[in-house]
Amino acid sequence: MSEAAVSMRHISKAFGKKVLANKDVDLDIYHGEILSLLGENGSGKTTLMNMLSGVYYPDEGEIFIDGKPVSIASPKDAYDLGIGMIHQHFKLIDVFTALENILIGLPKQNSEKKCRKEVEDICSRYGFELDLDKKIYDMSVSEKETLEIVKTLYRGADVLILDEPTAVLTPQEIRRLFEILRNMKDDGKAIVIITHKLNEVMEISDRITVLRKGENVGTVLKTETNEQQLTEMMVGEKVVLNIARDLVEDKAKRLEVKHLSVKNKEDKLVVDDISFDLYSGEILGIAGISGSGQKELLEAIMGLQKCEEGSSVIYNSTAHGVHELVGLSTKEIIQFGLHLAFVPEDRLGMGLVGNMGMTDNVMLKRYRKGSGPFLHRKQPEATAQKIKDELGVLTPDLDYPVRRLSGGNVQKILVGREINNKPTVLMTAYAVRGLDINTSYAIYNLLNEQKKKGVAVIYVGEDLDVLLALSDRIMVLCSGKLNGMLDGRSASKEEVGYLMTHLKEEA
Amino acid sequence: MGVSQIISWFVAAITFGTVIMYGCIGETINQKAGGLNLGVPGVMQIGGIASLACAFLYESSVSNPSPIVGMLLCLLSTLIASALAGLLYSFLTVTLKVNQNVTGLTLTIFGTGVANFFGGNMMKLSGGVGTISVAVTSSAFRAKLPFLFGRFGTVGSILFSHGWMVYVALIMAFLIQYFLNRTRTGLNLRAVGENPATADAAGINVTRYKYLASLTGSMICGLGGLFYVMDYIKGTWANDSAIEALGWLAVALVIFTSWKPKNATWGAYLFGLCYWAYIYIPMEISRFLAAKMKLQSATYMQNLYKMLPYIVTIVVLCAVSKRKKKENLAPSSLGQSYFREER
Repeated sequence: MSEAAVSMRHISKAFGKKVLANKDVDLDIYHGEILSLLGENGSGKTTLMNMLSGVYYPDEGEIFIDGKPVSIASPKDAYDLGIGMIHQHFKLIDVFTALENILIGLPKQNSEKKCRKEVEDICSRYGFELDLDKKIYDMSVSEKETLEIVKTLYRGADVLILDEPTAVLTPQEIRRLFEILRNMKDDGKAIVIITHKLNEVMEISDRITVLRKGENVGTVLKTETNEQQLTEMMVGEKVVLNIARDLVEDKAKRLEVKHLSVKNKEDKLVVDDISFDLYSGEILGIAGISGSGQKELLEAIMGLQKCEEGSSVIYNSTAHGVHELVGLSTKEIIQFGLHLAFVPEDRLGMGLVGNMGMTDNVMLKRYRKGSGPFLHRKQPEATAQKIKDELGVLTPDLDYPVRRLSGGNVQKILVGREINNKPTVLMTAYAVRGLDINTSYAIYNLLNEQKKKGVAVIYVGEDLDVLLALSDRIMVLCSGKLNGMLDGRSASKEEVGYLMTHLKEEA
Repeated sequence: MGVSQIISWFVAAITFGTVIMYGCIGETINQKAGGLNLGVPGVMQIGGIASLACAFLYESSVSNPSPIVGMLLCLLSTLIASALAGLLYSFLTVTLKVNQNVTGLTLTIFGTGVANFFGGNMMKLSGGVGTISVAVTSSAFRAKLPFLFGRFGTVGSILFSHGWMVYVALIMAFLIQYFLNRTRTGLNLRAVGENPATADAAGINVTRYKYLASLTGSMICGLGGLFYVMDYIKGTWANDSAIEALGWLAVALVIFTSWKPKNATWGAYLFGLCYWAYIYIPMEISRFLAAKMKLQSATYMQNLYKMLPYIVTIVVLCAVSKRKKKENLAPSSLGQSYFREER
């Protein structure tokens, strides 16, 4: 094969001290081919490509363009070297027209007229359809994507990187995009697609590089591989985890979710007709690529999302009786004993107030129980002390701002508070996000204890090994749909990985 | 109400409007680049006191001061002083990424303090309250237009009995409008204000644009202060922070004009008409309205008239919020600092 358009050698990048996003990655990209970069969430695909497009700077390693070593310190450097990246979140300005979006930042020699002519040439050469005078806010997602590609090409990109280009497109639009990508490939452009959809990988790419936990697991030719092999490369060997999993007899149906649907702001279904039952004394694991509807599903149950018509969540407990939860306020749902502990990416965004201490944070969820206009601090203080002792939260003082504590301690407080409210249904999402092994185990044990007490637990997780070791049942979500319900004891990692990335055909 | 009354109402409105027109144009440039500078009143006071101090020193140190030299020195000192204020603002908000609201409000307080400090000391030097007068320099700013002044009847009296800075403000409004919407630099500047990350990715130096917008914007705001001191109050000074109220109106005017300087050309004068309405609305109307509202005295109406500019602003804000057209809304990243490394 001819010389590589781009070679990355021994690239490493860390965020903070703990999170290693890329570790000693080698990658080659050639002209006239489409390379797929495949991997789970957080496997470092986007980070790696961001180092090519100048968003991040590698901590270690070298980048060669056409054999020459280069340093890419800004997006502008990347453009000058002929590298263009189309980000998942489009970098377009809403109130500008398509042409204006192409013009910004260009040297003044490129007159508007000349630019328009050249852009039209590019469109006709590769088969784009684009109205240059349309404002961005009037455009569909697919039009915006087209504009991003045209913009990048106009700026002279020879190497195009597309970050999950198909995530928001309809099947027809995807087909159209692929046609254009093939045209560009035939024209000698080097194209990289970041994705986790296996069927698309098999359809469009020439070579596939798989990343796992920040490392390059291997590169294969499409003609010499199959989806099975790729899934195995993606999820890796099964790691045996020593998490206790007791079987609780005598289960009762707690939640009966029927035809639950939620639409997002763009009027797209993010939770699409999901039905399942949740029993007391079990941990139901939810697996899925991030953004497959996990958050919206849990929020819908808690009354934080508006459900579509026909959605129903029947709650049944000996203490509270039978209730339809859809339509009730979050306050009422909490009183029934449903609790949600959601750990967002920034950890403090939901659930806890960073500037408050433990006591105040505990009080946030129970101040209504006091009488009169004044706060009663005694009980919350005792509760906070109990959480601190039982979970081993390291804090100098109960009133020390939780913002200053380490992530593990913050999450212990969050989960501990929900458990302390004596839930009947406990929903946790990403409870071990960013935690080290020991602290993670502490949280798993907490959840297991709750399960044994007869609480119905939902565990949304990222790590498949943990899901497989902890859950009694595993529900797999894909693009907002329920894509499979597996038994936690017998399911294989490959099976879950396949369901996460592969939407079953409608029967 | 006679013709002469109407003429003087309009003349007063135009003079008043010019002060806030400068403030509005300057602040629009700043806001279009994403900087919400609530320090406009402070910058205007700094610009105003700089011109006064300059003229005061010049007139008291030269035995036979020339109006033209005084005028040029004033302009220069105002531009430098207000640019420094703008530099301070952009250093804090762009480089140090301090909260823009806090910085702006503090700049207003700071500007008021600076102006009153120097204003007070100059009063002592000149011999007491109300004794500062830089009539010579002020006359250069208030010189009427040759050929046009005194002609064309009523319309002429309204349009041509002002100092030159009134016309400069009008020309500037259209020039800045053209600059923002028809030039590539203007396009880049708006891109920075709408979405700095996008602008950055397109190779625009976001920091430089934000600094330059703040500097230029502040210099234009400063001219508003200069015009206030030299033309509006005719080269005198009172430590009453009267400029501050006008500064806030200038900020309101930016929203009123939906970030389009060309609208400031009539919006500013409309504010002026509203502001002076309490003096010029005839007594008969006030008596009639007062009777309708069962007020004891018709003079109470005047206090209600003084609210007019603010009521107009509120009404327009409500109307603007109803208008869904995105072009008429504030720049998307207005008031936010830009961090490149953010994920």
